[in-house]
Amino acid sequence: MASWWKYGVIVLLLIAAALVPQALPTFWISIATEVLIYGLLAMSVNFLGGYGGLVSLGHAGLFGISAYTVGYLVTRMGVNHYVAFLAGILLTLAVGAIFGGVAIRATGIYFLMITYAEGMVVWGLAYRWAKVTGAENGIRGITRPELFTKGWQYYYVVLVIFVLTIYLMWRVLNSSFGLTLRGIRECEPRMAALGYNVQVHKFLGYMWSAFFAGIAGGLYAYYNRFVSPSTVQLSVSSESVLMMVLGGVGTFFGPLLGSLIIIVGRNMISLYTARWPIIMGTIFVLTVLLAPKGIIGTLSAWWEQRKKVSAGVVEIVEASARKEVGAEGEVRVGTESQS
Amino acid sequence: MSTDVCVTSDAPLALELINVTKDFGGLRAVNNVSLKVRAGERRAIIGPNGAGKTTLFNLITGQFPVTSGKILLFGRDITRLPMHKRIALGMGRTYQITRIFPELTVEENVILAIQGLRPLKFDMFRPLRRHRDVQEKAHELMENLGISDKAKVKARELSYGDQRQLEIALAMASDPKVLLLDEPAAGLSPAERVTIANLIRRLPKSLTLVLIEHDMDLALGLVDQVACLHFGECIADETPDCIRANEMIQQIYLGGE
Repeated sequence: MASWWKYGVIVLLLIAAALVPQALPTFWISIATEVLIYGLLAMSVNFLGGYGGLVSLGHAGLFGISAYTVGYLVTRMGVNHYVAFLAGILLTLAVGAIFGGVAIRATGIYFLMITYAEGMVVWGLAYRWAKVTGAENGIRGITRPELFTKGWQYYYVVLVIFVLTIYLMWRVLNSSFGLTLRGIRECEPRMAALGYNVQVHKFLGYMWSAFFAGIAGGLYAYYNRFVSPSTVQLSVSSESVLMMVLGGVGTFFGPLLGSLIIIVGRNMISLYTARWPIIMGTIFVLTVLLAPKGIIGTLSAWWEQRKKVSAGVVEIVEASARKEVGAEGEVRVGTESQS
Repeated sequence: MSTDVCVTSDAPLALELINVTKDFGGLRAVNNVSLKVRAGERRAIIGPNGAGKTTLFNLITGQFPVTSGKILLFGRDITRLPMHKRIALGMGRTYQITRIFPELTVEENVILAIQGLRPLKFDMFRPLRRHRDVQEKAHELMENLGISDKAKVKARELSYGDQRQLEIALAMASDPKVLLLDEPAAGLSPAERVTIANLIRRLPKSLTLVLIEHDMDLALGLVDQVACLHFGECIADETPDCIRANEMIQQIYLGGE
């Protein structure tokens, strides 16, 4: 579907991403890693919210389950890193099956509220289940696998896993199932009348989203080497929704762009003031008011419009080539196709 | 009250309603309606506003459960089946208020409708265009329903008339044996009504058709049997000619016209 220049842009971005450790100082390598991890979380929110129409405010919970599992297994049980990472994803899926099973019974604002409550359950456990989670102290001292201890090494790990994961996400979204998901977003009641068992598809969509969020959570545990209740707090969920909205709901790369802007912005702004949430809030309000489709959504709508206008111009030219007289009439043909 | 005088066909029953009743709280929307639609028959359900026509459709398709009574599809009891299972048994329906997928293209709308009853809807990896048979079927369907030149247009950008055609295309995509059309011409201009009427006439003869329509002229010209609902009750079940001559119907439906 995408034309060749889109692939060109993706290749250029990949090269740029691969050159980050060569070109930037350590601090910025760390920021870039964070952008990818939270970008993946925001993309998992967008998978369900932007494509399935089910906006979740509890993905920090799924993210956190994976992060805490990795932290617990690595620091307390001394489990192998790769096993711990997989276990984190599996436990996220297991809990996601329960959370999702409950949440998919609702849509719209009710889905939002249920997922919000589920996110708070995880936060509550992180805060209170001291034996396992270390309560406010969290879990410290998570080591990275031997080969990837340095910041730039771990950046490449995150980059590779990120690229593989979003490739899988892209395939799912462009498959028959992806179309089903968009159908549920566009007109859920009609889906049953076409023979879809809507609950099953919503559940599957939720599980995919949980899977992606679980991967992000596992990567986060190794990135930060410390997990605490703040890893799973509400603001992590709401920020991933904000990243999605800022970049463009239902656009594939929108949430990643949102993550880039918010995380880089936060780090730049917090050099000058501790009140960056005010600025973040302002950005959010401005986006919703001025560009509700987000950055990528607005740009692609503008691009579509431009294509249509130029098609209209072509029509005018062709029309005046067909008939030599009555220029007024042909101009009308052109303007009709523009509107 | 129903009279069987004008019934002639002896084809097997496609759809049978036995004493179907639906209460919404204190309101009895459908009262003890019994209806037999034979395979291949074209049937209209007429009646004034609020007669319970759409409610009856919602009961037949399983949008909500009946209060009492039975619904049979080709002799099989489907009264307790959820909607998607009834669709899988060969039922299709359209809506009075257009229910299409506005942000998807016409082609995507139709493909979504085709894959609804196919296991490939669970395919989570292969791109859509790999499913050649689905693609071909989609184009055939768009061709038949006269919307193939708009395949790449988003459904919300279609004219209302085209949207009504897409509405029917979606219901036809699963090759239903029984098609329920809920006011297919609602809100259309006289010219567009003719288009829709011709489209309905061109539907395969083997298809059993149940049609709700306000416009008597349109409805009676399309069907071979008409049931008339009034305050949730079936007060007549006759051929169009009998309906035209039925004075009681003229009184309640046409206001003594």
